[in-house]
Amino acid sequence: MKFAVLVFPGSNCDIDCYKAVEETLGEPVDFVWHTATDLSAYDCILVPGGFSYGDYLRCGAISRFAPVMNEVAKAAEQGKFVLGICNGFQILTEAGLLPGALRRNESMKFRCHDTTLKVVNYKTPFTKDYTAGEEIIIPIAHGEGNYYCDEETLAALKANNQIVFTYSDNPNGSVADIAGICNERGNVVGMMPHPERAVNSLLGSEDGKRMFSSILKTWRDTHGTASVR
Amino acid sequence: MAQQVSAKEPTAQQIKDQKIYSQFGVSDSEYELICSFMGRLPNYTEIGVFSVMWSEHCAYKNSKPLLRRFPVSGPRVLMGPGEGAGIVDIGDNQAVVFKIESHNHPSAVEPYQGAATGVGGIIRDIFSMGARPVAVLNSLRFGKLESDRVKYLFEHVVSGIAGYGNCIGIPTVGGEVMFDESYDGNPLVNAMCVGLIDHDKIQRGVAKGVGNPVFYVGPPTGRDGIHGATFASVELSEESEAKKTAVQVGDPFMEKLVMEACLELIDTGIVLGIQDMGAAGLTCSSSEMASKAGNGLELYLDQVPQREEGMTPYEMMLSESQERMLFVVEPKDEAQAQEIFDRWGVICCKVGKVTDDGQLKLFHHGEIVGDMPVTALVDECPVYDKPSSVPAYYEENAAVDTLRYEEVTDLGGALKKVLASPTVASKAWIYNQYDYMVRTSTAVRPGSDAAVVTINGTRKGLAMTTDCNGRYVYLDPEVGGKIAVGEAARNIVCSGAQPLAITDNLNFGSPEKPDIFWQMERAVDGMAEACRVLDTPVIGGNVSLYNENATGAIYPTPVVGMVGLVEDTDHITTQAFKNEGDAILLLGETRAELGGSEFQYAVHGVTEGRPPQLDLAVERKLLDAVLGAIRSGLVRSAHDLSEGGIAAALAESCISGRIGANVELASSGLRRDVALFSESQSRILLTASSGKAEELRAYIAAAGVPVQIIGTVGGERLRLNLDGSSALDEPVAELTTIWEDAIPCLMK
Repeated sequence: MKFAVLVFPGSNCDIDCYKAVEETLGEPVDFVWHTATDLSAYDCILVPGGFSYGDYLRCGAISRFAPVMNEVAKAAEQGKFVLGICNGFQILTEAGLLPGALRRNESMKFRCHDTTLKVVNYKTPFTKDYTAGEEIIIPIAHGEGNYYCDEETLAALKANNQIVFTYSDNPNGSVADIAGICNERGNVVGMMPHPERAVNSLLGSEDGKRMFSSILKTWRDTHGTASVR
Repeated sequence: MAQQVSAKEPTAQQIKDQKIYSQFGVSDSEYELICSFMGRLPNYTEIGVFSVMWSEHCAYKNSKPLLRRFPVSGPRVLMGPGEGAGIVDIGDNQAVVFKIESHNHPSAVEPYQGAATGVGGIIRDIFSMGARPVAVLNSLRFGKLESDRVKYLFEHVVSGIAGYGNCIGIPTVGGEVMFDESYDGNPLVNAMCVGLIDHDKIQRGVAKGVGNPVFYVGPPTGRDGIHGATFASVELSEESEAKKTAVQVGDPFMEKLVMEACLELIDTGIVLGIQDMGAAGLTCSSSEMASKAGNGLELYLDQVPQREEGMTPYEMMLSESQERMLFVVEPKDEAQAQEIFDRWGVICCKVGKVTDDGQLKLFHHGEIVGDMPVTALVDECPVYDKPSSVPAYYEENAAVDTLRYEEVTDLGGALKKVLASPTVASKAWIYNQYDYMVRTSTAVRPGSDAAVVTINGTRKGLAMTTDCNGRYVYLDPEVGGKIAVGEAARNIVCSGAQPLAITDNLNFGSPEKPDIFWQMERAVDGMAEACRVLDTPVIGGNVSLYNENATGAIYPTPVVGMVGLVEDTDHITTQAFKNEGDAILLLGETRAELGGSEFQYAVHGVTEGRPPQLDLAVERKLLDAVLGAIRSGLVRSAHDLSEGGIAAALAESCISGRIGANVELASSGLRRDVALFSESQSRILLTASSGKAEELRAYIAAAGVPVQIIGTVGGERLRLNLDGSSALDEPVAELTTIWEDAIPCLMK
């Protein structure tokens, strides 16, 4: 299984995502520059955190015009796995691949600390290795993670089981405590917390590992294990 | 020679006749000296260039004789003071690069941008050496956290640091902050950056090779920050508010691009010299690079990217616009360099040439508008040996009996007061605004004795801390200087690391005042001695003088930034109590030392007497013993005793471990409040599993360090008996609430 980690000029969690794939899965992974126009070689695309183009405007507002974003949309359409983390989540909502928007934290301050998440949808390709309602520790680090959507969208998210993670103790004012959502098809997930920062107990938590193992497991289930080492 | 480049600028003769140079902080005798080096009267641009190069900030003209007292070499030191940052070997062809720098004056006037650009500047110092920045820290001082102005400064300094560090993606892993009236109106904002480098990648800021092109990198030059270095070298006054244009504006996204592109450029191996444009911008970087190579340099100012129209040579040379670098390559490598910056979308253009005449020559609109000898700019600034005299307050404090206040009997109440003091209270309100985890290497987060960052691909780590207790330094600069180094080393050792070296940020008042200069001398002597005994040479630093406000000088605050090496991540130790039943050991001796203590300040509202004494030989023995015990796997937690004494240290270990403790102490003839809150130095709390407690005690005792087993970890309360009768009995949950809520409540 082949992973791409997108690199915008101001991405700063790109290395962390790369390391997480390399260390937890040992699968091939490449950095892919924001100007790339072909993602056909990849099975999973990680849109990492950071400040893509400085984000002096709304976060992700410029990134969605990056050439690579057309390819991300194409990959999502083809049913490939797309995971947007933090700024990556903001970019996916700006690009219309996920509903809603991320606003300034209610506290108006950047917040960085561990959060307890509840796994609401444990059946997505990204959460299979978790159990229903399981509580996991994953850190956040954002200034604009306050998820917002209108009531109609919220109702649809609930009806389609698109809410993937909720916060146990809402740190930013997100609607319905939402920490992460997926698209209707379930192959595109966006989340503010950083699972790639929770893959090593020495650094605080290993609870994010299973997101990566879930992706690999799902891919193997659909592609067979013959070609996998 | 064009004597006049702009109708608005005074002529060389007017500068002389009207003493216009004095507005730039140049004295009469310095002006005469400049004229003699030039062999003529300097024009407006030239006097501007000289004034910043000869400012305290760039030339250390008042502090150089003191800085020479520091030990600067050691077996591990690869580069000492003089370059962008010092470098220390950590084995396996790797080295750690670090430096601290102040941005006090800009932050007093414009706290967000002042603090943000302070972070940006120190990060450039690190990557201009060729190192990848891996962590930033800070050291902050504010007035008492009560007035709206102090709260405003505090809030915006913190968000400025956060705004810059978070965006560029370098974790802010640690720091320290103290609040005291002495810093009212003159906050201190010191930022430190730590980077990693391979030995063969180390760069220097030299303009090598006559005829080689000089390149400018980064955003266009604007009119921001003009005369920033001069501004930093005078006292703050009401007019300072009007000098907001001397404060620069930061763009962390641009710095990220410049950093990535420069590191990529350095990786190619084609760079001959590279330096950042920090204080005094283009002036300082160009003249220093030329000076270090023994060369001259020509700058073609029409080629300098300009943000605003009609900029004069004076403005371009003195601008401190941020995120800019200067580098030299051979002509054959120009295209390769250009391609890298184009890809990152960063401006890179040729603005000059290395020459052999030893002159810094400035060209503009086809004319020579400046022509100055490089050595005069960089090396010939006069150095002053300022008079010093013992201040009256120091003599008076000798007679102060720190026990003159009635014994405090409500010891639980006193502990709560100390824990609620913003200096001791939880700093989560601050560090939760910093991304301290990005780059996924932060093994010990902010809040413990020192932060620890792991080194990718190895089992090693780097421990880092910033420390200084300005109250101690005020009460006795020499002892306080020693303690700043000693406490930093204790924090590093408690984290499981061997102290390597320090960087220092000497924040003092005006050196023109003999009292203040005395503080500087004594503090430097104390620090230098501690550095020698503890084997932690000074590899670089910064001096910030003229930190004064309407009521006088700040407390002398020579901040120590120390880095240590964790040999194996298994050695990483934190202050949090770990398991029910673990034994608690107290190392060191407690004496009646309340002078300058947090107890004295929080409970009695004074700072007086003599500070705690520090015997460096005892300190060294303690540090070696504790590090040995940690490496032998005997230690579960370690915490040094500092502000608030043993009472605060026990509370902090309980709070961070979310568990109680039961402690039996002997007062050894000390008054009960003194026994709990004395800040005697060279003391550390360790815990060990019950099975290893005796082994640990014997190990420490064999090293000649006083040690006693004083209790066990467990339960939900902090219980402490003195000579068998209860002194403290408080629920940890309640202490936690007091400690955690103190700063958020004040900031609401």
